[in-house]
Amino acid sequence: MRISKSIYLFFLPGLVLYSLFFLYPTISALFYSFTDWDGLSAAFQFVGIDNYTRAFTGDSIFQKTIGNNLKFMLTVVVFQTLVALAFALIVIKNTKTNVFLRALYFFPTILSSVSVAFIWAFIYDPSMGILNQILGLLGLDFLAQNWLGNANIAIYSLAITQVWFHAGQMLIIFVAGLQAIPEELYEVAKIEGASKWQTFKGVTWPLLAPSATIVVAYTTIQSFKAFDLVFAMTGGGPNNSTEIIATYIYDVAFKSYQFGYASAISIIFMVIIALITYLQFKALRSDRVSY
Amino acid sequence: MLFRKFSLLIYALLIVIPLVVVLLTSVKTLQETFRDPLGLPDGGFKFDNYVAIFQEQTMAGYFLNSTIVTLFSVSFTLLLAAMVAFGITRMNNWIGNVLFALFTLGMMVPAQVIMVPLYSLMLDLGLTNSLLGLILVNISSTLPIAVFILTGFMKTLPKELFEASTIDGAGNWKMFTKVAIPLSLPSLSATAIFLFVMHWNDLLYPLLFITDNAYKTLPLALLEFQGQYSTNYPMLFTGVIIASAPMVIAYVFLQRYFVAGITAGAVKG
Repeated sequence: MRISKSIYLFFLPGLVLYSLFFLYPTISALFYSFTDWDGLSAAFQFVGIDNYTRAFTGDSIFQKTIGNNLKFMLTVVVFQTLVALAFALIVIKNTKTNVFLRALYFFPTILSSVSVAFIWAFIYDPSMGILNQILGLLGLDFLAQNWLGNANIAIYSLAITQVWFHAGQMLIIFVAGLQAIPEELYEVAKIEGASKWQTFKGVTWPLLAPSATIVVAYTTIQSFKAFDLVFAMTGGGPNNSTEIIATYIYDVAFKSYQFGYASAISIIFMVIIALITYLQFKALRSDRVSY
Repeated sequence: MLFRKFSLLIYALLIVIPLVVVLLTSVKTLQETFRDPLGLPDGGFKFDNYVAIFQEQTMAGYFLNSTIVTLFSVSFTLLLAAMVAFGITRMNNWIGNVLFALFTLGMMVPAQVIMVPLYSLMLDLGLTNSLLGLILVNISSTLPIAVFILTGFMKTLPKELFEASTIDGAGNWKMFTKVAIPLSLPSLSATAIFLFVMHWNDLLYPLLFITDNAYKTLPLALLEFQGQYSTNYPMLFTGVIIASAPMVIAYVFLQRYFVAGITAGAVKG
């Protein structure tokens, strides 16, 4: 059937906004990454791939930043996925208590990053923080720490906050995935005398792979984008130990006015994210099965 | 069984305790908090912090800015995304596919990647320190995910419905408003909730584009309280409660829709 040409008008407003505020800046990030632009003056020079060479060979903070991002990502992906899956398995049935608990676990997701940052800054506070207080009550004073002030552990403290923030959301995705598994398969496993672990390995896990793919991929991307949380909790400190790529781009651009260099890091950032997403989908898709 | 119940309780406490502490701290004085961070306030609850924050800050203004920016961003993202999704669904050819790919590409690129050129663009257009500027950037940044979710939904609608209305002589616009929109309400409302939470809580764009107090939204204002109040947690948490109140109240009543909406956003994104 022929469709009237007026259909193109439906794309017009969306496409104009999207091109101006998304496509154009994306392309110009690539363009500026080959310049020494400071973001203020009208003049700039082309410097070829200098910005990229500098990022990979001459900038120790940037390299540290990539390491921090990986530490943060791995901690969050492992803990968040495990917590979400373990608890999803417990609250899978739609009983009243379970529905309530799911809603409670999900709750932090609706808060703003800044609110979560303040709440956890108070939990981690070295003198009056809840965490050290509770450790004291349990007689575990020796574990008390300056959780955000100690450069060796600050990035992990942030990662735990991120898990608290978003595990409930991932839990819901797992519950949806688990509920979609046909009950009969569990009955067959029971009849055949499979142990709990065997049932999980043979029935639950293979059929859960699509949800797991989503959870892991989403958690990864989210952990790269954790700008707000890091910015509000530590600002990248102490001693750049919690600086992640996103906060570093902000610092390079808006604190030291090296827009050209910040653009180059942005492009590297984009490539890393695209690469990780691609690899994860490939790895997790391959063990997908259907029954 | 006991172990399971115990784990559920621990996780529940990990969520509840911090929230209770936030509420309690907001009705305590700073001295009380220093002396006994987890305890109850000595002489009953005091709402002085709430009074003080409204006196010291232009809270009502921040609240209004957040409300305006969120309402406009959500409604226009939905409208424009629904139009694009309708166009893609109706065309159902390679042009539609290319446009779909172009829009969904945006989901792969984090906002932080384009913050530098976006900042200079906004400066050139005179859209910094402007609520309109924030709204426009918000719309374009959430358009990709909304297009993705809505296109996925509209493609499941029976084609015959559209075709029947063509025979009746309905133009594209009429078909959009009379057929596509009403039938897509479940998907539209789920997307709306997802967008509400995102836009209400967004920090990055206000941080980049707003320096004038008159245009600050709640998350940015809250962030700056940290600079003023330092570790005065009673004041900070009073701010947290005021800024989160609308979302929390909506969540209590619309829980099921929130869970479904935000998860749809995550799954599709």
